[in-house]
Amino acid sequence: MKTENQKAWFFVLPVLLLVAFNALIPMMTVVNYSVQETFGDNVFFWQGLDWFQQILRSDRFHAALGRQFMFTFLILIIEVPLGIAIALSMPRQGFWVPVCLVLMALPMLIPWNVVGAMWNIFTLPDIGLLGYFLNHTLGIDYDMTQDPVAAWVTIVTMDVWHWTSLVVLLSYAGLVSIPDAYYQAAKIDGASSWSVFRYIQLPKMKTVLTIAILLRFMDSFNIYTEPFVLTGGGPGNSTTLLSIDLVKIALGQFDLGPAAAMSLIYFAITLLVSWLFYTLMTKDDQN
Amino acid sequence: MQKRSIVPIVYILFLLLPIYWLVAMSFKTTNEILSGFSLFPQSFTTENYRVIFTDPSWYWGYINSILYVSINTVISVAVALPAAYAFSRYRFLGDKQLFFWLLTNRMAPAAVFALPFFQLYSAVGLFDTHLAVALAHCLFNIPLAVWILEGFMGSVPKELDETAYVDGYSFPRFFASIFIPSIKAGVGVAAFFCFMFSWVELLLAKTLTAVAAKPIAATMTKTASSAGYELGLLAAAGTLTIIPGAIVIYFVRNYIAKGFAMGRV
Repeated sequence: MKTENQKAWFFVLPVLLLVAFNALIPMMTVVNYSVQETFGDNVFFWQGLDWFQQILRSDRFHAALGRQFMFTFLILIIEVPLGIAIALSMPRQGFWVPVCLVLMALPMLIPWNVVGAMWNIFTLPDIGLLGYFLNHTLGIDYDMTQDPVAAWVTIVTMDVWHWTSLVVLLSYAGLVSIPDAYYQAAKIDGASSWSVFRYIQLPKMKTVLTIAILLRFMDSFNIYTEPFVLTGGGPGNSTTLLSIDLVKIALGQFDLGPAAAMSLIYFAITLLVSWLFYTLMTKDDQN
Repeated sequence: MQKRSIVPIVYILFLLLPIYWLVAMSFKTTNEILSGFSLFPQSFTTENYRVIFTDPSWYWGYINSILYVSINTVISVAVALPAAYAFSRYRFLGDKQLFFWLLTNRMAPAAVFALPFFQLYSAVGLFDTHLAVALAHCLFNIPLAVWILEGFMGSVPKELDETAYVDGYSFPRFFASIFIPSIKAGVGVAAFFCFMFSWVELLLAKTLTAVAAKPIAATMTKTASSAGYELGLLAAAGTLTIIPGAIVIYFVRNYIAKGFAMGRV
């Protein structure tokens, strides 16, 4: 049992100060911008909630938000089952385990813009390995700078390449924590491999899977650098995800007010969906 | 070989293909890359690497990145240790809310903070220093470190603390010489994740630096645009950014699976 001790606050204080410095001050700046209009020279006019209304009604925002949800949905629906399947087929012990883990973790340790640049040169139609293979060996007309579908397939494949290993590592960690006795008992009962998965492995993986899904949701919803470097949001606006659009408005057009309002709406959506996921996935534990 | 080991093998091949292509390109001349497709370098060259290792504007990018990543890892783990201890051992006013608030900082899109961060760190006079990037990355690394460490500490029985106090240990001595060694795998995993997320992040690192602390990833984008499109050079620089991560993960390979399992939501 934990003991009640208010002095524990002193232990938390350094963390609190550092994170608050980084989180609250910039957040206040964003809130400030979101309710004002500026024409430069540090002159600001009170604008009220106009920017929020403008953003919430704008087709451009709706389109970017739709693309963002589409992207995150595809990522979760592909990476989570794939990650679990790979974790299930990995060896439980022996020489190959650390080798597999190190190789699988490798994509996660590459700087994000390098990931984008790498996939860019990998998919160039005539001189990239994948682009050449698709165009000249399989005869598929593939050019992601022209074709929105190809661009989507490429950014989703890139993210699967980049982050599925996170789901694999987490699921695998859940799997190795299952004692052998469970499997032996299941064998004696003549359980099928599906029921072993459904009633032994899946419940044991639940905690780590919750972490995996939450992390994948947050990170794919906030993704910026990799698709920006790979496609620049194009062709047209077809891969302009929410944060790419946000940066375009804030730094490209320097519309600070609308950009700030959009940031806050964006953050609120992320928070809300994360909270929903979290509540849904931990509901059983409380019963 | 069992039949089912085919799945991980295929997956790892899929992971390695784009990496192979990057490495293969780094040994080609830019002319060879642009002139047509070749699976292996035809005129093998190490010229691209020579340029990077002899040009200060290139190799300082690596030194800068490693510096701010290391500073960030040390700060994040050092302040997260006592906080995680408090969360795992004590109940106090607002503890649950505080824990959730910390986690929400991982949910904020970095794009939202880019401009305010620039203004904040310019105002306190830290713009273009390694410390600025290290502190900024604390925003998402500290919550993660607290989260991981709290999971590890929760699995250490409370009797350990009590026995140590009965034996006459003061708190700081107990914490440094008994408690931290008993969760050193957790410290390793937390440090690994801080290193990883600080190493791969670019948007904030690029926003907060100009010349003196410019990260390698930003050097790559600038040089690529000023010197035409030096694909070979770009590939060599990209290849070199994979190496620090590979070294770090090699050291924690045995803890990484366990580390996740102990974390909790």
